[in-house]
Amino acid sequence: MRSIFKIAFRNMTRYKRRTILTSLLIILGVTMVVLFSGLAGSVKSMMIGLITDSNLGHLQIHKRGYVSSIDTLPLNLNMNAKGYDNATAALERTAGVESFAPRLKLGAVLSNFVESTNVRLTAVDPAKEPLVCPGLASRLVGEPGGITGSLLEPGQIIIPQKVANGIGIKPGDTVVLVATNRDGSVNGMQFTVSRLIEDIMGPSGKDAYMHIDDARSLLRTEKGEVSEIVLRLTPEADLKHVAKQIENGLGEFKNKQDKPAFEVHSWADLSPFANIANMIDLLIITVKIVMIAIVLISVLNVMLMSVFERIREIGTIAAMGTPPVKILALFVAEGFCLGLLGTATGIVVGVAGLLGIKASHVTFSFGRMDNLLLRPDINLTELAIIAAMVLAASALAALQPAWKASRMEPVDALGHV
Amino acid sequence: MAIEPARLVTFVGPSGSGKTTLLNIIGCMDKPTSGEVRVAGTRTDTLNRRQAAAFRGGHLGFIFQSFNLIPVLSVYENVEYPLLMISPTPAPERKERVLRVLEAVGMTDHKDKRPDQVSGGQKQRVAVARALVTNPQVVLADEPTANLDQKTAQRIIALMRQMRDAFGTTFIFSTHDPRIVEHADEIHTLEDGRLVKDNHDITGGAAHA
Repeated sequence: MRSIFKIAFRNMTRYKRRTILTSLLIILGVTMVVLFSGLAGSVKSMMIGLITDSNLGHLQIHKRGYVSSIDTLPLNLNMNAKGYDNATAALERTAGVESFAPRLKLGAVLSNFVESTNVRLTAVDPAKEPLVCPGLASRLVGEPGGITGSLLEPGQIIIPQKVANGIGIKPGDTVVLVATNRDGSVNGMQFTVSRLIEDIMGPSGKDAYMHIDDARSLLRTEKGEVSEIVLRLTPEADLKHVAKQIENGLGEFKNKQDKPAFEVHSWADLSPFANIANMIDLLIITVKIVMIAIVLISVLNVMLMSVFERIREIGTIAAMGTPPVKILALFVAEGFCLGLLGTATGIVVGVAGLLGIKASHVTFSFGRMDNLLLRPDINLTELAIIAAMVLAASALAALQPAWKASRMEPVDALGHV
Repeated sequence: MAIEPARLVTFVGPSGSGKTTLLNIIGCMDKPTSGEVRVAGTRTDTLNRRQAAAFRGGHLGFIFQSFNLIPVLSVYENVEYPLLMISPTPAPERKERVLRVLEAVGMTDHKDKRPDQVSGGQKQRVAVARALVTNPQVVLADEPTANLDQKTAQRIIALMRQMRDAFGTTFIFSTHDPRIVEHADEIHTLEDGRLVKDNHDITGGAAHA
């Protein structure tokens, strides 16, 4: 085998210019895929991380029917205290759940006594929320390094920056929230603006934050009532597997229609960014297909020419008694070596490009989020997959010309002019 | 007809008389329309493609008019090729055999050169070494001196005689070259695919038709 590869590699040096040109095409294809996978994959991972770490968590549990009506924030589809206890007991038993936190969601009118606007609010337990959404603190304006002390105290509210700018609110101001309760009555309470928060894309990305006890008082709900339970999983946990485990754990709880009382949703079910993430995956696959096409056509072309130009030589080695399978192996190995050269160089160039982009601290905007730092990265598994695809395509492309060479009759090949 | 071992046999005749075809048939690269062919005790006209390749690798050597060396391999590697790809041989023995035949053909000093760095005569010496390195019983040579000048051709013929004596190899040539013919042990003349004249045993050997 070593001899076959040695001869195959030497044969590549026979027509240096052609080998260089073909390798350049393969290098271009591989570099393009490495750069695109690194950039698009990193942007996707970053956005998913941003969404899950600072807003949605990895999984959420709701009372059945809540998510399909989530736009109206239906108070009548909140979980009661017993439901919450049942759900949390099941979560305690599930491996892979790192932490969970209750939330109460509501809509209200926000007024600073001069102007008013509608706001959506997420009421949180300030002790538990940072455990499920550790990135929440990074969205707080003026506190990029994290918060000191509690996220929220009773009587405080965190207002989205754009809402604050719109109606002229700043930290320390007093505001009023007026909310409609489940029975249709209206209740109002005063709050102090403790902090401002940056928007983020997603269904609750522009929510204000308040203490869950305050929300219960404002809504005059039962003690312990929640709209959702947000979960953070351990780094090694498989999201789909844990979701299934939780669904199974909650399966014993039924509603009056004898249907499951709870629904488990992943961040992808709740965020429209999941569609963008899928599109990014599709684009990466498309770029990979283009790369494979480049490799297939380039190697096939070179190997066809190579066989045609070496017919007499093939006749010579066949006449000497070289088994057809070794002649086939010689040409497949030559295509493989061509792919190997292009892959190795392409990966080096692509990774160097990614490191260069990383070092240059490029920032970009996404939706209403500005100054996002581009940190392209690609893991070894992804690189190995790209390399395997190119090498397989190279060997495959060389197979037909190699087969043709191995089937040549020595007499005909030696007589070729 | 039959050819005894350790002979220098030539087939002569005008172009199209069937010299090369006969060599191809003996070399298991072509099949006769009728009759039987036995080489080194094996009936070869019934071998399939794979068996024929294996037989060639094990029993035959080939020398071509245009040398047909592999241009990307050195002189040493060209001679080593059959022992790597056709009759796999352990490395120490392989090296010993390659150096021995290179020494025999006087190419040891040029062993690291590529074929394009040596002369035509030297290329043919390498081709002879490559044909002999597997210790074949028969070496088939199609017009081996056609592309060589007088002096070089004489050297190659002398080399083949020497190899015949040293290794007991049978050399079978197709040729127009009187320089080979005059050194042959047997001369067979072909015309229109038929053997029209035998002049075997011209050197007093034991050949018989």
